[in-house]
Amino acid sequence: MSEVVVFRKRRGVELVMLILAMGLVTGAFVLTNLNLYGQLPEQWWQGVAGYVGIGLVAHAVIRWRIPYADPLLFPLVYLLNGLGLAMIYRLDQGTNPVMRSAELQLVWTAISVAGFVVVLLVLRDHRVLQRFPYLSFLAGLLTLMLPLVPGLGHENFGAQIWIRIGSYSFQPAELAKIVLAIAFASYLVEKKDVLALAGARVAGIDLPRARDLGPIIIMWLASLAVLIYQKDLGTSLLFFGLFVMMLYVATERPSWPILGTLLFAGGAFLGWRFYGHVQTRVSAWLDPFSNWDNNYQIIQGQFGMAWGGLFGTGWGLGRPNLTPLAKNDFIAAALGEELGVAGLMAIIVLYGVIVMRGLRASLTAKDPFSKLLAAGLSFVFALQVFAIIGGVTRLLPLTGLTTPFVSQGGSSLIANYALLALLMVVTHQVRRPLAPNAEPQQSLALDTTQVISVPARPSTAQSPRPAPAVSPASTPVTADEPTQAIVSAGSPEVEPTVAVPLPGNPDEPTQALHGHAATWDPDDTNPQGRLP
Amino acid sequence: MNRPIRRVAFVAMLMTLVLLLNVCVSYLVRQDSLNANPQNRRVTDAAFAQDRGAILVGNTAIAQTVASKDQFKFQRRYPQGKLYAPVTGFFSYNFGSSELEQIYGAQLSGSDDSLFVNRLIDLATGATPRGASVQTTLNAKAQKAAADALGSKKGAVVAVNPSTGAILAMVTSPSFDPNALATHQLSDARAAWTSLTTDKNKPMANRAVREIFPPGSTFKVVVSAAALEAGYEPSSVLDTSSYRLPGTNTTITSTCGSSQTLKRALEVSCNSAFARLGVKLGADALREQSEKFGFGTKPLTDISSVASRFPDEIDTPQTGLASIGGYDVAATPLQMAMVAAAARNDGVVMQPYLVESVRSADLQLLSQTRPAQLNLATSAANAAKLRQMMVGVVESGTGWRAAIPGVTVGGKTGTANSDNVRTPYAWFIAWAEDPEVALCVFVQDAEMEATDVAGGRVAAPIAKAVIEALR
Repeated sequence: MSEVVVFRKRRGVELVMLILAMGLVTGAFVLTNLNLYGQLPEQWWQGVAGYVGIGLVAHAVIRWRIPYADPLLFPLVYLLNGLGLAMIYRLDQGTNPVMRSAELQLVWTAISVAGFVVVLLVLRDHRVLQRFPYLSFLAGLLTLMLPLVPGLGHENFGAQIWIRIGSYSFQPAELAKIVLAIAFASYLVEKKDVLALAGARVAGIDLPRARDLGPIIIMWLASLAVLIYQKDLGTSLLFFGLFVMMLYVATERPSWPILGTLLFAGGAFLGWRFYGHVQTRVSAWLDPFSNWDNNYQIIQGQFGMAWGGLFGTGWGLGRPNLTPLAKNDFIAAALGEELGVAGLMAIIVLYGVIVMRGLRASLTAKDPFSKLLAAGLSFVFALQVFAIIGGVTRLLPLTGLTTPFVSQGGSSLIANYALLALLMVVTHQVRRPLAPNAEPQQSLALDTTQVISVPARPSTAQSPRPAPAVSPASTPVTADEPTQAIVSAGSPEVEPTVAVPLPGNPDEPTQALHGHAATWDPDDTNPQGRLP
Repeated sequence: MNRPIRRVAFVAMLMTLVLLLNVCVSYLVRQDSLNANPQNRRVTDAAFAQDRGAILVGNTAIAQTVASKDQFKFQRRYPQGKLYAPVTGFFSYNFGSSELEQIYGAQLSGSDDSLFVNRLIDLATGATPRGASVQTTLNAKAQKAAADALGSKKGAVVAVNPSTGAILAMVTSPSFDPNALATHQLSDARAAWTSLTTDKNKPMANRAVREIFPPGSTFKVVVSAAALEAGYEPSSVLDTSSYRLPGTNTTITSTCGSSQTLKRALEVSCNSAFARLGVKLGADALREQSEKFGFGTKPLTDISSVASRFPDEIDTPQTGLASIGGYDVAATPLQMAMVAAAARNDGVVMQPYLVESVRSADLQLLSQTRPAQLNLATSAANAAKLRQMMVGVVESGTGWRAAIPGVTVGGKTGTANSDNVRTPYAWFIAWAEDPEVALCVFVQDAEMEATDVAGGRVAAPIAKAVIEALR
């Protein structure tokens, strides 16, 4: 237990990775031009300089404001962004006359990175967001429901998930996912203990008490409303998945994800039964060749990826323009065509590593809000990537979600950079040392040694433990103090309280008892910590 | 909270893994069928814009690719389009390809497995990949002579080398110009396609190998071969009086008296004699003999072909009709040429082939066809007797128009009119000693009365022209 980990500011690693990313993207841009035209266009360096400049500015701000942030997140995101830019540029060259949407996308990148910087400047500590669970919940729901407002909403391929202001379209679900992640995290941090209290027992599953179920029911209904009225399976999967996952993480009851999956599957099935457009999507997924006109996009995407083969046709040598909407919906198919199976797998892994770093931060975090927020943001990102790439590669039915950072579209880029900024602030707070001469932070291997406040009454499931001192520091507050006392030899802040099980006993329910004397109701007939 | 977060991380990892696996599996399972789908424009465009190899007759290209200044970069050209159309086929953007362009498409376009190393080298050196060239077995003089002699008559001529099976000439009439379909002006190509497919003369039909017609009296050669194999001699005397088909009221009138030798009956093409002989030999014997000559199997694989037919269900009076090439017997001109070739080749039927060899763009030999024996139709002795009889047809029989001074030519005329509605088919099968060739001429509209002389009058001179061109 003397092993401690001190996180270093890994900005050097970040810079190296960033330069590598920029090199790859520049290489892609150069290859495209060489393959198409045999030479570089005049002033080719302008686009490259713009891209490099924006990245370096962002890196500088990260160095200044969040020096302890995770070093891989920004370079990976910037690489994906750059690949998207390179592919949009390549797709531009394939139209007649040549379009200039890559320049526009670069402008949007600049705006999004500016937004990223603004978030970093404004948000020192993400824990301030914890204070307004109900407000943020409401804001998130409203944002989610915006497309249903007549006049504002705008239907696209049968799904109503876009709003249009003037000539500018925007998908509110992108913003809503961040707001709702914050909302759930803050709500669940407050209520997780209460939710863990079993209320009624239905069909072998413990449900929380009725009064706590309220917001959960509302969220479930909201997801259903998204499915029913907005008719998009992808968006409803996103929010429902986020919600169920955060519930599970907060309460540790597997019944939530099981129930949630069943409910979602049921909802999806009903959606398929009753909505023509869902049926179209499902039949396009299962048998695209049955209807050439309706499924033209996915058929062309399939043809393109098949023609690309294992290593792709090469930048500029494919025909990605034959796939409709290749710049936004099907940009993954265009990348699959020109970079091949290998390239597409690399991009999937890039996304996977981003999710992994986010979840890692969540594991390393010490306060539940950070854990929930980081995990929620990472998982919703993972769900979105899974849904859209799965749809394009015919693993799942296609949905209206965008490919984060890669696809064309300013609103998606701004929202996702905001998500990244928030996530990076969390990683910074998680990794930074607490005080100049602070005790070192825990390493991941020691997470089984978190402190548990044990009530005086021993439960039937565990062997009795010595009663702890109930420290006031155990109530969660939005302060910089850790909410769980760190057990370390010689820790000056917290009294050594309990004999904790040694690492290596994963079956020991080390976290079963979260009850605090302050909130535990002695009249509650259900023994605490009863595991489902 | 770490345990559930770990589980969530595991789920996220599973999702990533499933995505990766799906991409891999799609590649392994779906890629081939997607690339073979004719609606895959990327593949067809790429195929259309390739430096395709040439199809050669001797040293001349009958199909070649030249550079063009448009998006496709390469244009397919057929220098003597109409003459060689049944062999080269066409190569078009919207309508696929046919004949050699189709069957040897992988080699011509350079995508065949045998060219894998060449493609790798081209990839490394950055050179434009070039397809392999296909060398055919055709003889330009024979092809031209056959086409000129056939002229505008509807029909086909096939000439083979009896000892190897190599096809020396394949002409079908009317023909079409593949250049009209290979043009990059896609609307013109479409118009040409529509007019070709709606033309009631069917210019794109390959009458030489893909359509079967009643062979008429040329089938008597097969019956004669069956008779010789059953023990008859050319000097065997046959009852050639008028023959009433058993169980019917149909009588086949005799045109050669009441008794003749087998040889003489063949020379004058006596229907009554052969009807009686065929019934005597029996349908099974006739079927067996025809199958030895190649009936019932597709003779050619280099381009798509159809099998000739001797009916399975046949009763006695029908056997009588079949023996004179009637009832449901139907053959391709190539098949009948194989019959003549077997006679010339001591009874050995050789596998016909059209492609001599395939060479890569740098002249490396990729494949070479070796002559293969298909069947032994008759013994060598019987083949000699058959030859004797067929020479008699030309020297003193109905095929006199095919006689060439100084060349031993054997043949058989045929006139088929299954129904009296249309004009009869005129056939002539022949072989020559030197030059070594066997051929079949088929004219679909002889424009004359339904007599046996039709085969001799119309078809035999064409055979003579081809044989003379090969001297």
